Amino acid sequence: MKLQELLNRLSEIKDKLTKIEQASEKRIYLYCEAENSYAVNKFLFEDLGLRFVIETGIDSGPPFNPIDCFEIIYHYSDDESGCVVNLKVFIRDREKPAIESITPFLPAAEWIEREIHDILGIDFKNHPNLKRLILSDDWPEGVYPLRKEVKK
Amino acid sequence: MNKKVRKPVLAVGPFHPLQEEMEFFQLTVDGEIVTDIDVRISYNHRGIEKISESLQFDQVPFLVSRICGICSASHPLAYVQAVEELAGVKPPERALYVRTIINELERIHSHLLWAGLAGHFIGYDTVFMWAWKYREPVLDLLEEITGNRNNYGNVKVGGCREDIADELRPKILKELDEIEKKTDMLTKAVLDDPILHARLKNVGVLSKEDAIGYAVTGPTARASGLAIDVRRDDPYAAYADLEWNVITRPEGDVFAKVVVRLLEVFESIKIVRQATKKLPSGPISVEVKEIPAGEAVGRAEAPRGETFHYVRSDGGNRPVRHKVRAPSYVNVPSFKASCIGQHIADVTITLAAVDPCYSCTERLAAVEKDSKVVHDYDALLRLSREKTERIRKELL
Repeated sequence: MKLQELLNRLSEIKDKLTKIEQASEKRIYLYCEAENSYAVNKFLFEDLGLRFVIETGIDSGPPFNPIDCFEIIYHYSDDESGCVVNLKVFIRDREKPAIESITPFLPAAEWIEREIHDILGIDFKNHPNLKRLILSDDWPEGVYPLRKEVKK
Repeated sequence: MNKKVRKPVLAVGPFHPLQEEMEFFQLTVDGEIVTDIDVRISYNHRGIEKISESLQFDQVPFLVSRICGICSASHPLAYVQAVEELAGVKPPERALYVRTIINELERIHSHLLWAGLAGHFIGYDTVFMWAWKYREPVLDLLEEITGNRNNYGNVKVGGCREDIADELRPKILKELDEIEKKTDMLTKAVLDDPILHARLKNVGVLSKEDAIGYAVTGPTARASGLAIDVRRDDPYAAYADLEWNVITRPEGDVFAKVVVRLLEVFESIKIVRQATKKLPSGPISVEVKEIPAGEAVGRAEAPRGETFHYVRSDGGNRPVRHKVRAPSYVNVPSFKASCIGQHIADVTITLAAVDPCYSCTERLAAVEKDSKVVHDYDALLRLSREKTERIRKELL
């Protein structure tokens, strides 16, 4: 896909997105809320045929967001145009953070969702196998090492 | 009577101390056939992403070059490219060429290392000895250029730390000719061997659909017919100025992965040769004053596939978030697609075929339901080699 075609296709789902930002020729950032994440991811992977790269989980707050929240960035690559499409999803509920898992249609996401579950305590709904990946079996329950309250 | 029958489980791992990743494969077997696989990782989690948040931007390359001893050029390169994108810095031409040369030499030595290990697994120790012998001059070259055989520590935000001396260039070109000749001999010996064809074809097949679903990268993807390569698709360093080809094979089996890696060595030699000849003059770094707030992505094609770094800055002198995705993170889970239905004798080579940051030499044990160890590592290696031997006899 050429870059312009990619941008055109992305505008098909703009009602599910809050913002589309083209940072450069090779980098696009999309923004959406947690409830639309599943549909947008499915569109990017199945309809646009983008290659899934990874998800980044962040315990975010000022200055990046006005209030504290969790961000999950889904990184995709369009290998024809060489463009990286980053989908930023915001999870506002800090008490019980949860989001729909994309593993049911994208097996490549299995490990990273288990990892984010370990380190940030985000619940991936309908994940087929949400057991620990990187924390050891004797790590205490409810301590999430990449949350801000955990000291550096 | 009502006792639950547990399926026999074959344990591969958990500790593989030769490389930095420790992995534990639990294979459920039905007789000699693998019916399921479960992978456990992170026995030795070092928390690199968390440590990175406590280091300054210019210290992080030294940290990430220690993620992997073999990919110790690719990780820092992906990271500095992310920071350079963030700061809007363009390194000088010469630095881009130096980076290209070091990264391609890294690919040559990594692919030769893998070819040797693959030979060892199936009982071709001559291949192992040859490949590792021919890898040695590559490491010597890297040592002359950077001062280290591994962990080069040469890339920094804004350029490179050490230059390639002009008087070294004829030597690099001469060594390349020598390496090319020997790799050519090795490649022909491997690809002309009828036993290897019989032993490795249709073994551990990863279909194109599975390769997309598991989002594999690097030679693992290219051997399943996916023509993806960050060096061509999102060019960095000096790759866009040089002529080379992306090697692909449609079959997806172990043999295809052997072919892709061996032929890629020649492409890498081509790249290093051109870059050494064209090496522009000028400085090798520019000064970077401060890193503004923002976020950026950097990626590089490591020997095993795409290395991906995401960096976020709040305008201070340290990253507030640094995400690292090594290629094995997506390549290793594809075992679920390539190992199921395989014979136990083929598992060692199938697991090795994606070149995971996981090495041969540790414990493998097959445990039957009464906890009696049936196969240990040596027995599995023997199984793998006996199959090669059997094929050899049938063919002769």
